[in-house]
Amino acid sequence: MWRRLLSHDLPRSRALAALLLLIVLALALTPFVLPGARALNVAAKVLVFIVLVASYDLLLGYTGIVSFAHTMFFGIGAYGVAIASARLGPGWAAVGAGLGAALLASLALAALIGLASLRVRAIFFAMITLAVASAFQALASQWSAFTGGEDGLSFALPAALQPATLYLDEPLLGARVDGRLLSYAGLFGATLVLVLAMLRIVNSPFGSVLKAIRENDFRAEALGYRTVVYRTAANVIAALFATLAGAMLALWLRYNGPDTSLSFEIMLDVLLIVVIGGMGSLYGAVVGSVLFVLAQSYLQDLMRAAAGAAEGLPLLAALLSPDRWLLWLGVLFVLSVYHFPEGVVGRLRAPRRPRHDADRAPRPPGGSR
Amino acid sequence: MTVAAVPMTVPRRDPWPLALLAALALGALPLVGSVSSWVTLSVAGLAMGMIVFIVASGLTLVFGLMDVLNFGHGVFIALGAFVATSVLAGLSDWTSPADLARNVAAIFVAMLAAMALAAAIGAAFERLLVRPAYGQHLKQILVTMGGMVIGEELIKVVWGPAPLPLPLPEALRGALVLGDAAVEKYRVFAVAVGLLVLAAMLYTLNRTKLGLLIRAGVQDREMVESLGYRVRTLFVGVFVAGSALAGLGGVLWGLYQQTVTAQIGAQVNVLIFIVVIVGGLGSTLGCLVGALLVGLLANYTGFLAPQLAVFSNIALMIGVLLWRPLGLYPVGRR
Repeated sequence: MWRRLLSHDLPRSRALAALLLLIVLALALTPFVLPGARALNVAAKVLVFIVLVASYDLLLGYTGIVSFAHTMFFGIGAYGVAIASARLGPGWAAVGAGLGAALLASLALAALIGLASLRVRAIFFAMITLAVASAFQALASQWSAFTGGEDGLSFALPAALQPATLYLDEPLLGARVDGRLLSYAGLFGATLVLVLAMLRIVNSPFGSVLKAIRENDFRAEALGYRTVVYRTAANVIAALFATLAGAMLALWLRYNGPDTSLSFEIMLDVLLIVVIGGMGSLYGAVVGSVLFVLAQSYLQDLMRAAAGAAEGLPLLAALLSPDRWLLWLGVLFVLSVYHFPEGVVGRLRAPRRPRHDADRAPRPPGGSR
Repeated sequence: MTVAAVPMTVPRRDPWPLALLAALALGALPLVGSVSSWVTLSVAGLAMGMIVFIVASGLTLVFGLMDVLNFGHGVFIALGAFVATSVLAGLSDWTSPADLARNVAAIFVAMLAAMALAAAIGAAFERLLVRPAYGQHLKQILVTMGGMVIGEELIKVVWGPAPLPLPLPEALRGALVLGDAAVEKYRVFAVAVGLLVLAAMLYTLNRTKLGLLIRAGVQDREMVESLGYRVRTLFVGVFVAGSALAGLGGVLWGLYQQTVTAQIGAQVNVLIFIVVIVGGLGSTLGCLVGALLVGLLANYTGFLAPQLAVFSNIALMIGVLLWRPLGLYPVGRR
């Protein structure tokens, strides 16, 4: 059963399997074990990031194309739910309509961008997505009558998900069984289903073609696969999953604005997570998201302490200031790209292989011909 | 303009992109309505275009020569702008009196400092980040993007995370009145600097042996290598020069905006990518025409329909790519 559920893509390493099991258990038990809103918010953010990062890995890790427009689709999903809920009033119909419209918009936009720019060169795609995403972000913050502008949109959820809705009078295992818990459970279930669905996609024949294109697009084309079509399809699928992740985020936060879902910082975060977690493995997205969000939420406290300790040395204190944590992440990112392109997961999967062997990871020579 | 001397990177002279530029400028005249506002807008557009050209030219040459696309190019722009804030603040007795000569001298000192620092950091950037990833586009994009993140954070460590003001020196504030049209002095200055850089670049590219090698390398790297020249060394030089130009452009851009944030690198990056795509990756002439198109269009739409201004660049890019899928001046075998 495990085999089928994981689409025959098993962790292939005891350490990784144990880590994944730990992550799933921890995420499932957070509301019962760790009291307080902060822990639950961190766990929910982890869940959303897992879907978002895994969908980006479909593009970057499996197909070998770099897109900078992934947060655009993330934002479309979040805005779809937010705008529909704010306009049509709270209810499942509004959520459904918003999500449907967002998925259609992402589908059209991703297909258009893909067909227009994946034809030429992978590098073109990266530049064009960067330009399109920045224009979209400007649109979202300027078109305030529709999107709420820089302030964003707050909206009410369907009654079933509201924190005031109690399902059991008695707390269950120490947690209040209310709409908030149901939202979290929904998020958890959705993440599980979506990750398994993506695992299915990358391990299907279609996924094999994507990997072939990543390794050598010229050869894949020569074998008779229309690489443009496959690349565009990968772009569309990744965009749709990102849209779903965006909808999950909006439903959890009950708010959406340009900085929460569209900003370029999130795009960079996603890029960092995919690479540090491990490109070309969805488990990397899972492990990476957990590490990243935990670091983002708790490492800064640690750095604050370190910066306090280094107070006598101004430069060191500035380098260790918690606001500069992205600096260290950037350094880690560059080192990962060069020295362990398979990321954390690659290291866990191949601990005993000699290093130069591990370095010959499935990193392609890009789209160069 | 001396544009006609450039097209060594294109097989034959191709007037249509230049006609497009002229058509854009003249076509905007009836829409804008009054000649004086049109002159003001056009000068603003040319100034912005020249600054963007200075920044983007290094990027496009590096790409043309070595097939390396530096996503971290924006960091050098931010660096240049921040160096300018420090230098101009330090030279405040040169900038505060309204003495044109001393003001301009202060800006030139800032430019030289920005170029020197950007060149030095560019050399380190090339050595540490770009060199190990030759020929691997995916790695290049990722690593140069990572370099940009690190650079931005380091800038924040040195200059602090808050936006810094970068006031213009006294003599360059305000506007000149030509007939009915008010033209900001600084924009005239920016166009003048841009023309100087353009002239120096055209001279180097077209009249020196170094330029000959660079142009030949852009056209066919292997051929130049087989003739015994080290294109790799040439490339390092071009990369460093491109970084220095980005630093220079950063000074001009910072003074144009009059505030400097660590994010300006990322913002200008988007603009220069559009310019480089529109012009054709690797083409210097295309880069100039693309930059001027972007600058003029941004200013005209900013005046005529401010809501659409953000999309003018994207619309331009889409339009050009529909007309010529590889940009205005496609280069060589790409």
